[in-house]
Amino acid sequence: MELNQIYTQILTEHNNSSRNKHHIDNPTVSLKGVNPSCGDEITLELREKDGIIEDAGFTGIGCAISQASASIMIDLIKGKTTKEALHLANLFFGMIKGEVTDEKQLEELDEAIALKDISHMPARVKCAVLGWHTLENAVKGEKK
Amino acid sequence: MNPWAKDFPILNQTMNGKRLVYLDNAATSQRPLQVIHAVDEFYRTQNANPHRGLYELSVQATQRYEGARSTIAKFIGAKKDCEVIFTRNASEALNLVAYSYGLTFLKKDDEIALPVSEHHSNLVPWQMVAKAKGAKLVYLYPDAEGHLPEKEINSKITEKTKLVAIAHVSNVLGSVYPVRKIADKAHSVGAVVVVDCAQSIPHMRVDVQELGADFMAFSGHKMMAPMGIGVLYGREELLNKMPPFLRGGEMIEYVHEQDATFAPLPEKFEAGTQNAGGAVGLEAAVRYLEGIGYERIHRTERELLNYALDGLAEIPHVTVYGGTKNRENRCGVISFNVDGVHPHDVASILDAGGVAIRAGHHCAQPMMEYLKINATCRASFYFYNTKDDVDVFLENLKKVRGWLGLGT
Repeated sequence: MELNQIYTQILTEHNNSSRNKHHIDNPTVSLKGVNPSCGDEITLELREKDGIIEDAGFTGIGCAISQASASIMIDLIKGKTTKEALHLANLFFGMIKGEVTDEKQLEELDEAIALKDISHMPARVKCAVLGWHTLENAVKGEKK
Repeated sequence: MNPWAKDFPILNQTMNGKRLVYLDNAATSQRPLQVIHAVDEFYRTQNANPHRGLYELSVQATQRYEGARSTIAKFIGAKKDCEVIFTRNASEALNLVAYSYGLTFLKKDDEIALPVSEHHSNLVPWQMVAKAKGAKLVYLYPDAEGHLPEKEINSKITEKTKLVAIAHVSNVLGSVYPVRKIADKAHSVGAVVVVDCAQSIPHMRVDVQELGADFMAFSGHKMMAPMGIGVLYGREELLNKMPPFLRGGEMIEYVHEQDATFAPLPEKFEAGTQNAGGAVGLEAAVRYLEGIGYERIHRTERELLNYALDGLAEIPHVTVYGGTKNRENRCGVISFNVDGVHPHDVASILDAGGVAIRAGHHCAQPMMEYLKINATCRASFYFYNTKDDVDVFLENLKKVRGWLGLGT
């Protein structure tokens, strides 16, 4: 595993930026996601209206991979329907597990493709999926 | 060239194309060929179920297993062999004391005193006892250098204290705690003392009489024995009045439909077929350790610690936790952080350079909360590490911030 495949410019920029790392106004759902074994911890906030994610943000602490992945995710899901967001989450899980490798299929993931090589780094997979799992739980929980 | 490389072939391997630099010895050590061969020989030539068979092979297996117990009893200064109980690891040994002694002899409003830096294995079992019995956990807080001030010891261990749980060496900061002083205070108020020596016994002599330990636990795997073998030492009169921990084969005297009586020590606490190969491996590890000598181990580790702490002090954006000035009562464990970089990223970046370190909360979350940090990186040495290892570690550490787009 080469470090330059992981610590890319996209990843470090998202990690060092607070563009998506903040509280949002009037969230309709706020959910904490934790990786107990390593201490990564994020709280995802969504404001949903008529099935559309109007705004999203996150706060928390964790490694560059978990923080950047959450930030990239927020860029992708803002303005999307919750259904589209869940579809992207599944696609992301597929990519990280190495099950979806077709570049055309992955196009939708845009900047999140920068995390593709995490699939070769088993120790860091849970960092990359933390934000997306939290999203999945937040959206599914709200529907209940 | 590493003088120990011939005994530890694993250290000659490459990792990610680089020479392996193994600095996670506080998590587990490596095992020398002498230990691996002893286990191998036991299973090739002497394997049978100890204590069970009436045939020669089983007698030999029993002798090896009991011989290992005897070696370990002498090694830790136990008065009798039967005060040594084999367990899977220090965690199981500490759970044995919590379930058997704690649940039987602690009462409502009794206090259990322990440092906040304890490993979860010497903390979570006591939470269980406190909850079950209505007892109270009272924490001792270390100072900025990682040591326990006398005031903490004297004010927290009181007439109400019935049990003191303490690590000999902290696995986070490497501080060596004054166990004897604490044990004397505990005994003066009638409390029993449970000492976790998992982090000390690989590096320094542990004598249960000198420490004043009523119970003492350690894991074999941190001192070059195989994984899955550990030891509980307990004073005979305490072990005798305790009920069994696990029940089943080999720990009984008579069993009737409704009742059973139990075997004497140590079998009372060793239900089921034991890890005899592990015990043989642990004995081999003790012999190997004694062959090198704690003095030499201490000298080498002290050199590495000083060299590493001096090197770390020269790298900008690195914070080292615990005592860096007073290094006397400190083992070869260094917890640190790099500004702006999460410990997991530090560990991944060092890994790419072949350097293995630990990152996370080190199974000591209350200590992390107390230090107000989420996680740390931890480099820990053993005698087979070299200055060259430290150089590779420091060189790779200097590159970490660069990888994350931060200034160095």
